[in-house]
Amino acid sequence: MTDATPQATVKPEKPAGSGRAIWQQFRSHKGAVFGLAVLTFLVLAVLIGPYLWQPEKLSVAQAMKVRNQPPSWQFPLGTDQLGRDMLVRMMQAGKVSLAVGFVAMIIAITVGTLIGVLAGYFRRLDGPLMRMTDMFLALPLIPLLLVMVMLFRDRIASVMGPELGAFTLIVFAIGITSWMQAARIVRGEVLALKEREYVLAARSIGVAPRRIILRHILPNVVSPVMVAATLGVAEAIITESVLSFLGLGFPPDFPTWGRLLFDGLQYMQLYPERVIWPGLAISLTVLSVNYIGDGLRDALDPRIRGR
Amino acid sequence: MLTFTLRRLLVAIPTLLFISLVIFLLVDLAPGSPLSDIPLTVPPDVRQRMIEALGADQPVFVRYVLWLRQFFWVEPAYLLDGWFGTNLANGEQRILSWQARSPVFTIIGERIPQTLIVIGTAYLVGVLIALPIGIYSAYRQYSAFDQFGTLFAMIGFSVPTFFSGTLFIIIFAVWLGWFPTKYDTQLEVTDWASFVEQLRQMALPVMTLGLANAAVISRYMRSSMLDNMTQDYVRTARAKGMTERTVVLKHVLRNSMIPVVTVIALGIPSIFGGAIITENLFGVNGIGAALIGAIHASDLPMVQTLAFIFAVLIVTFNLIADILYGLLDPRIRYD
Repeated sequence: MTDATPQATVKPEKPAGSGRAIWQQFRSHKGAVFGLAVLTFLVLAVLIGPYLWQPEKLSVAQAMKVRNQPPSWQFPLGTDQLGRDMLVRMMQAGKVSLAVGFVAMIIAITVGTLIGVLAGYFRRLDGPLMRMTDMFLALPLIPLLLVMVMLFRDRIASVMGPELGAFTLIVFAIGITSWMQAARIVRGEVLALKEREYVLAARSIGVAPRRIILRHILPNVVSPVMVAATLGVAEAIITESVLSFLGLGFPPDFPTWGRLLFDGLQYMQLYPERVIWPGLAISLTVLSVNYIGDGLRDALDPRIRGR
Repeated sequence: MLTFTLRRLLVAIPTLLFISLVIFLLVDLAPGSPLSDIPLTVPPDVRQRMIEALGADQPVFVRYVLWLRQFFWVEPAYLLDGWFGTNLANGEQRILSWQARSPVFTIIGERIPQTLIVIGTAYLVGVLIALPIGIYSAYRQYSAFDQFGTLFAMIGFSVPTFFSGTLFIIIFAVWLGWFPTKYDTQLEVTDWASFVEQLRQMALPVMTLGLANAAVISRYMRSSMLDNMTQDYVRTARAKGMTERTVVLKHVLRNSMIPVVTVIALGIPSIFGGAIITENLFGVNGIGAALIGAIHASDLPMVQTLAFIFAVLIVTFNLIADILYGLLDPRIRYD
C-alpha cells in the first residue's frame, strides 16, 4: 500500500480533445497501427500505382512471347498465360476488390443503421423489424448469393454492361444480406440512449422524433457503427472473393483479387505465385482491417481509453 | 423447459417459411419462368407433369404452396415409402433434377455422406484443437502462448479458406508430395492400405476447414474462461485448498463450456456454407460441389432444393443451440 506510484498523481495531464485521446489509444494498439499502415499502403498502391507503373503496350505477337514469365525487372510479378503483366492486373483487381468492400459496407451500414434506429426508437416497429432481422440472419448467405448472381447476372449485364452490371449486382447483393449485425448493435445502443435525460429533455420541449434521432441519437451511435463498418469491409471483400473464386463473380477481363486467384488455380502446379499474390493481397487486407477494427473498438470505448 | 422448447420451435416455423418464400420468389421472379427453361432433353410427358405439379399457369401464391407441398409432403412420403414399403406418395411427381433427370433428393442422398465425412471430421478436429488452446491461453493470459494464440486466431479469421486451402495444396501436395491434391470419391475403405489412403486424402480438406474453425472457437473458449476465472466461486474453490487442476478443469471449465457449446452448435451450419468452397477446391463430391455444379448447369430445382436444405440446416442448428443453452443454463429459460 505504501509504494503507490507517486508519478501518476504528480503529473496532471492536460485534458486532450476526444479526437486526440482516441488517436492516442489507437496508437497504443500495435496491431491496429500495423493494420492501418498495411491498408494505407494497399490503398495507395491500387490508387496511385497505375500512374507510377505504366509498362509499354505490347502487341499480341509480343505478348505471346512473354507468356508465363517469372518475376523479372520488366514484369515485377511475372506475366500470366496471355502475357499480361501481373502487377498491373493486381492493381486493377485491387481497385475493384476494395471498391466492392467499401460500397457494400456503406449499403449494409446504411440499411442496418436505419432499421436499428427505427426498431430502437419506435416501440411499435421493434417487434416486426427484429423478427425480420432474425429471419435474415437465418438465410443461407453463400448459396443465396450464388443463386442471385446466377439468375440476374445476364439480365443486369444486358442493361448496364458486363462490368458495371457485375459490380452493381454483387455490391447490392452483399449489401442487403449483411446489414443485420449493424442493425442489432444500433438498436441496442438506441434503446439505452433514448432513456437518457437529454433525450427526455428534447422530447419535453416538443422536438420532433426525426430531429431527436438526427441531432441526439445518431451522433452517439457513431462509434459502434464505425467498428461494425470496419469489420463489414473485411467481410464484404471475403464474400466477393468467394463468389469470384467459385466462378460466379466478376468477368475475367474486369478482375478482382478473388477472380485472379480463381484464374490462377488452373496453373497452380506450375506457377504457384499466380495464386499466392492475390491470395496474399486478400488476406493482408482482411487481416489489417480486422486489426483496425480491434483497435478502433478499444479506442472508441471511453471505459478502456486512458486506462 | 418444455414451454421454452415449444416457443423456440414455434418461432422456427415462420422463419423457415420466410426463407422458403425468399428462395422461391428469387427463382420465380428471375427473368424467364423456370418452367420455360426446362431443357429439351426432358421428355414431353414428364415436362407436362412437372408443369402441372408446380401449377405453372396459376398465380404466384398458389405456385408457392404447390412448391411447398412437393417439398414437405410428396418428398417425405417417398422417403417413408422407401423405408416401410407403404404407398403414401401415390405416384405423385417428385422434384426432378434437370441435368440428371432423376429425383433431386436421391442425388442429395448420395452426396451427403461425402460432405458429412469430410466436414464432420474437420469440425471435430477444429474443436479438439481449439478447446485446449482456449483453455491454456485464458489460464496464462498475456503469456507468450496466449500472444501466439491471438495471432493464430487473427490469421485464422482473416485468411479465407480458399486461400489457405490453395496454400496447403501447393505446399503439402505439390512441393512436398505428402498428400494427393484431389479427393478421390471412388475410393472404398476395405483394408488397411485403403484406410490410410482415405486418411491421406482427407488430411488437406480437414486441415483447411479445421484450422479456420479452431481459430474462432478458441477465441470464444478463451474469453469465456476469462469471464469465469475471476468469479467468487473460483476463489472459494482455491481457498478450500483444491488443486489448481481441479479448479481449472472442473469448476471453471464446466461453467465456461456453456456459451462455447452453443457457439459450436451455431457454427455447424456456417461450416456447411464453407464446405461449398472446400469441396470445390479439393474435388470432394458432396452437396456443396453439387450446388455449384447445378448452378453452372442452370439446374433450378436442384439449386432451389439445396439452398433450402442449407437454410433448414441453419434453422435447425440455431434451434439446437438455443435449446442446449436453455438446458445448460437454467437462468435463460425465463418461463
